[in-house]
Amino acid sequence: MSPDLLKLIFGRLGIESLPLHEPIVVGTFVMVALGGATLLAGLTYFRLWGYLWREWFTTVDHKRIGIMYMILGIVMLLRGFADALMMRGQQMLAFGGSEGYLNAHHYDQVFTAHGVIMIFFVAMPLVTGLMNYVVPLQIGARDVSFPFLNNFSFWMTVGGAVLVMASLFIGEFARTGWLAYPPLSNIGYSPDVGVDYYIWALQVAGVGTTLSGINLICTIVKLRCPGMTMMKMPVFTWTSLCTNILIVASFPVLTVVLALLSLDRYVGTNFFTNDFGGSPMMYVNLIWIWGHPEVYILVLPAFGIFSEVTSTFSGKRLFGYTSMVYATVVITILSYLVWLHHFFTMGSGASVNSFFGITTMIISIPTGAKMFNWLFTMYRGRIRYELPMMWTIAFMLTFVLGGMTGVLLAVPPADFVLHNSLFLIAHFHNVIIGGVVFGAFAGINYWFPKAFGFKLDVFWGKLSFWFWVVGFYLAFMPLYVLGLMGVTRRLRVFDDPSLQIWFVIAAIGAFLVFLGILSMLMQFAVSFLKREQLKDVTGDPWDARTLEWATSSPPPDYNFAFTPVVHDNDAWWDMKRRGYQRPLTGFKPIHMPSSTGTGIILAGFATAMGFGLIWYIWWLAAASFIAMLVVGIGHTFNYHRDFDIPADDVIRTEDARTKLLAGAK
Amino acid sequence: MTVAVNSSQAGEPVFYLADEHPHPEGYSTSLGFWIYLMSDCLIFAMLFAAFGVLGANYAAGPAPKDLFDLDLVAVNTSMLLLSSITYGFAMLTMQQNKVAQTQMWLAITGLFGLAFIGIELTEFAHMIHEGATPQRSAFLSAFFTLVGTHGLHVSCGLIWLVTLMVQVQKFGLIEANRRRLMCLSMFWHFLDVVWIGVFTFVYLLGVLR
Repeated sequence: MSPDLLKLIFGRLGIESLPLHEPIVVGTFVMVALGGATLLAGLTYFRLWGYLWREWFTTVDHKRIGIMYMILGIVMLLRGFADALMMRGQQMLAFGGSEGYLNAHHYDQVFTAHGVIMIFFVAMPLVTGLMNYVVPLQIGARDVSFPFLNNFSFWMTVGGAVLVMASLFIGEFARTGWLAYPPLSNIGYSPDVGVDYYIWALQVAGVGTTLSGINLICTIVKLRCPGMTMMKMPVFTWTSLCTNILIVASFPVLTVVLALLSLDRYVGTNFFTNDFGGSPMMYVNLIWIWGHPEVYILVLPAFGIFSEVTSTFSGKRLFGYTSMVYATVVITILSYLVWLHHFFTMGSGASVNSFFGITTMIISIPTGAKMFNWLFTMYRGRIRYELPMMWTIAFMLTFVLGGMTGVLLAVPPADFVLHNSLFLIAHFHNVIIGGVVFGAFAGINYWFPKAFGFKLDVFWGKLSFWFWVVGFYLAFMPLYVLGLMGVTRRLRVFDDPSLQIWFVIAAIGAFLVFLGILSMLMQFAVSFLKREQLKDVTGDPWDARTLEWATSSPPPDYNFAFTPVVHDNDAWWDMKRRGYQRPLTGFKPIHMPSSTGTGIILAGFATAMGFGLIWYIWWLAAASFIAMLVVGIGHTFNYHRDFDIPADDVIRTEDARTKLLAGAK
Repeated sequence: MTVAVNSSQAGEPVFYLADEHPHPEGYSTSLGFWIYLMSDCLIFAMLFAAFGVLGANYAAGPAPKDLFDLDLVAVNTSMLLLSSITYGFAMLTMQQNKVAQTQMWLAITGLFGLAFIGIELTEFAHMIHEGATPQRSAFLSAFFTLVGTHGLHVSCGLIWLVTLMVQVQKFGLIEANRRRLMCLSMFWHFLDVVWIGVFTFVYLLGVLR
């Protein structure tokens, strides 16, 4: 075929785009291909495709979508963590003239992919998954406000993840760092597909995130059960509300920044160029106007989880509920007034830097208030050291440390010394692992019995906990030291042999975290095998306080046979205390949304469009875009999107639970 | 939601609704659509900000004074404003359940929208022909992106409008279609408001600069 025709069909995708010269990537590909083929063969052999399609892929049930988000987060955690291990290994070895085992081209992709994956495809899905699962249950709703949109949002997130994963084996990923600053990320310095993968992965996933934000805000505002005023909402619901407000008010900014960067790259405009009047610093400003709220998007739900866990396992009402709510709202607002502290060294001058330094320090006040609220909740409580509580205590210790180094970095003169050093790396891992990751794990251990009907195994859970916590400190405390000594981030090789020992310690820490992740996977496997022993028949295994524990574990499709009525912050605790009797008769049909395959199909076309745009396969991009339009408009011609669960089905489900509860007593 | 939920007549606390009614279809839609509009508003806010930062960086290329034909822009603006009025008429006739008249006003709205897009494209073509391309300077990059994004929104609105006209024709002014027309109405007026911003900050202040 002529080269022109090939170019028309395949764009810039050719056989040389496959990284066949990188043995590490080829090895990974063989492993992934074998694993993937086994999985697909298994699904086909056991005839699970129909089941998966009907019950999971097309579901609009917020609980199943929540679980799928969690699975996505955990799978991507493995990928993101593999990148982390590679970096730690490289930095441990590359001393004394050694080049390590990763070349610069590969190493730069690894640290970029690590950051992007961990934030967008691990932390975000874990947080969104927990919110999706828990919020409707906590507010006594049957589903979210827009169930179809929820399914679509999830698959868009998956689409973004698929694009990032594809970059590992087809072409390459960005070599720019996780925020892709121009001019490095502009076409002149990054002419290859890496940055395009970055852009379209985030754009596709970003649509999903924004829509799911709108969805959860509406759910919380409109679908609370009777009696649940705003100030009677569980704290996790409150933090979810604030997080979703932040999502809606910040992700459009990311969308615009990336769109402008793509215009620079595809059309040749001059937004972020060095000449023709462009301003690269505008990119840095704009992306951090999204980027700073983003870290609060991640950590606020974690704060909510810790609040639920602390009060449940201390057997006490949460101390200072009102101040907790106000602290959350204040953090939400302040998170928009601090973005410039990410680039004090830009040279905005003393006044501007002082303003942003002070606003940054002020954030530690509401956060500190929260910390004291948790401590006072525990004070004189009857504390049970179950796994969620252990993660919470590890969080409190770790996060305070990370918060203090954050306040240190907020001092502009100190930041001039520490900017882009490993001290910064240690700081944000300290707050993101100590806050968000520990929070997600506390949440997983806490709500797992609700989602699956059996608790998680304690032995492997504790093993995972200790590996993680010890590993975290070993991995990141040396980075504080190295940062104070002036080692900057993203370095591949080192000259000074006296630094090596710290990198060795950090690598050992990373390996312990690896054991922690393996223990967690073991914990899931062992718990599944021991599910009869670990069974939760009551629906309330922790003697907890909020509404999600009022229904069975796992909850029925309709969540609650009758919509609950709330009188107290700790609604379920109040119901238990005042002798609530579970209704046994009078069940009625329940109105529920129907499943639809439109979400996954639309997201599939969106992903294909992204792939076409990345590789300049214009026909594919155009065809996928038109297909999206047709499918999307076609979907609006379907006016029958709900059905009734017949009363007989409700009676059958509820009778089964009655029997189960009777057996438990 | 306004039922007395604190206690039953006997004084016993009530913990669940024995007789409930599902939320009506589209119960959250207007709130959700408002929030979506606000997120879209942020997109425009960012583009305005980018224009504010880059709008005077001509890079020795053409400036607003050399490019903008205010007469044409005035005609264009009136097209969009008239389309907002006619959409309002469509909503009024929708309230009176008059399918044919609603359709007529929607069609007129669509024609005004089409005229707006047509004039805008003519303007763009003229500028590009003069050498004032989006690549020429940061000012022109920001100009074409801001105005073009607005035009893209209007085009999406037109596709949506046609879809709704088909649906109204097919299924009548049923509850679902009324809700959809209401959403498009908010979208359409929102674009009008954004255009007022574009007209003021980009064109009028640009020519003054």
